[in-house]
Amino acid sequence: MINIAGKYCIVGVGNTKYGKLPGRSPESLCVEAIRNACLDAGLDKNTIDAVVTKEPTSAPSHLFSTRVAQQIGVIPKVTTTLDQAGASNIGGVAYAMMMMELGLCTVAAVAFGDNPITGSRATYSRPSGEWAPYGLFAAVSGYALTAQRYLQLYDKKNKDMAPWPLGDRKWAAMNPNACYQKPMTLADHQASRWVVEPLHLFDCTSIQDGAAAVLVTSVERARDLKSKPIYVHGYGQGHIAWDIQTRPEYLVTGAKYSGEQAFKQAGITAKDVDFCELYDCFSIVPILTLEDYGFCKKGEGCDFIADNKTHPGGALPCNTSGGLLSETGMPGMQLIVEGVRQARGECGQRQIPKHRIGVVSNQGGQLHTHSTLVLSTEAKL
Amino acid sequence: MSYEKPLPTITPANRPFWDSVKAHKMQLPKCKKCNKFHAPPREFCPHCLSEEFEWKAVSGRGEVYSFAVMHQSYNKAFDKDVPYNYAVVQLDEGPRLVSNVLGPNDQIRVGEKVEVVYDDVTPEITLHRFKRV
Ligand SMILES: [Zn+2]
Repeated sequence: MINIAGKYCIVGVGNTKYGKLPGRSPESLCVEAIRNACLDAGLDKNTIDAVVTKEPTSAPSHLFSTRVAQQIGVIPKVTTTLDQAGASNIGGVAYAMMMMELGLCTVAAVAFGDNPITGSRATYSRPSGEWAPYGLFAAVSGYALTAQRYLQLYDKKNKDMAPWPLGDRKWAAMNPNACYQKPMTLADHQASRWVVEPLHLFDCTSIQDGAAAVLVTSVERARDLKSKPIYVHGYGQGHIAWDIQTRPEYLVTGAKYSGEQAFKQAGITAKDVDFCELYDCFSIVPILTLEDYGFCKKGEGCDFIADNKTHPGGALPCNTSGGLLSETGMPGMQLIVEGVRQARGECGQRQIPKHRIGVVSNQGGQLHTHSTLVLSTEAKL
Repeated sequence: MSYEKPLPTITPANRPFWDSVKAHKMQLPKCKKCNKFHAPPREFCPHCLSEEFEWKAVSGRGEVYSFAVMHQSYNKAFDKDVPYNYAVVQLDEGPRLVSNVLGPNDQIRVGEKVEVVYDDVTPEITLHRFKRV
């Protein structure tokens, strides 16, 4: 394995408002996020020579990255849109680093933008695979099957997952851009309606308009920029890939292989991690991810979070901007942005005290795909 | 009254399956090369990529691998059914099928034994469902 730990870094992060943004196209949202990332980095947008995107979930479209390149007014040397669903954001950072390693580009904008609220929500209620005759609709159907098997095999209840969404909400209260900032109690969580049992409404992400972007470059190129570079130490991907009907295993996800690869490159174990930004479209997902990353054993994820260690002031702060459950349901780019901001130490009220090593996860489909990023303030770990 | 829920999309690869369900004698493709069953039916055996199958009757018995209860209707035709369950059933022969388990939602358990029953929803289409045994 070629190790590029500490060789590339994220030098700019940017985002739009999250929520209902009428009249905005996914492309223009990406442009706004990339512009903000350039301002953040102190980087002239004309130096961007790679544009990498995840396609808008609500409006799958051809050549999306080239349209974003056009709208930011650059002719890129490298461009692509990855097809790993939510895992594509971290995948895009990795793709950019690979192209730089080959010498094909020097500064990459990696972006995601979508307008599912003001555009079309159809993709979120479409039949799940071939199984509409049996009433399987929407991505949540597969996550609920995974959650049910987990809860019954490990003798847990829905409320045992609740510390995760409650933590998200506490963090979101300190994030002015979060869509859901109103305090949530365990009673509120338990009283929220079932969407698909065993998942309550407050176990489920919401769809929001918005965009986020990061700028990736080499350590050398980062030297004359005003922003504090955050170094990429590890990247991994792993995919269960098969549909919920056929996949051999529900409870070990792509996070296992993905996390192993990323942690190995970074030369760390879970014990070294100061904070996490984990993809949490549904409460069960970060619990499986924590287990698969080695923070605790399989089946012990609910016990692991029971002491609120992921909450503000906890031993392992997680999803410090509110995650997909409270900040925005955007599929994952915002987690990289928050990881960088926490690592830099610029998060104000919600800034965590220890932020040397952060782990970001992305995943997509119905636990079909997974990717992992290890970030640090240090060039060498 | 006409049946308004979505129906299976019949393809050359899965037609023998839906025909067998209509006949109330479920069959699945068994690979002639590696001897393994697979579902849902594909053009190529996912175990060895052979395209030579024998359609073999299966027992219709298995266990609930997982299930969930849909409380939100995502499709008008299911509006009156919520809350309804859907399940992944692992057949004794190995492959898994998506289906529904008959009876009260709150009594279904992961791992419990179930057996196929046939529901003739239209003159052309029968759906497999499962009852607890
Ligand atoms: Zn075969």
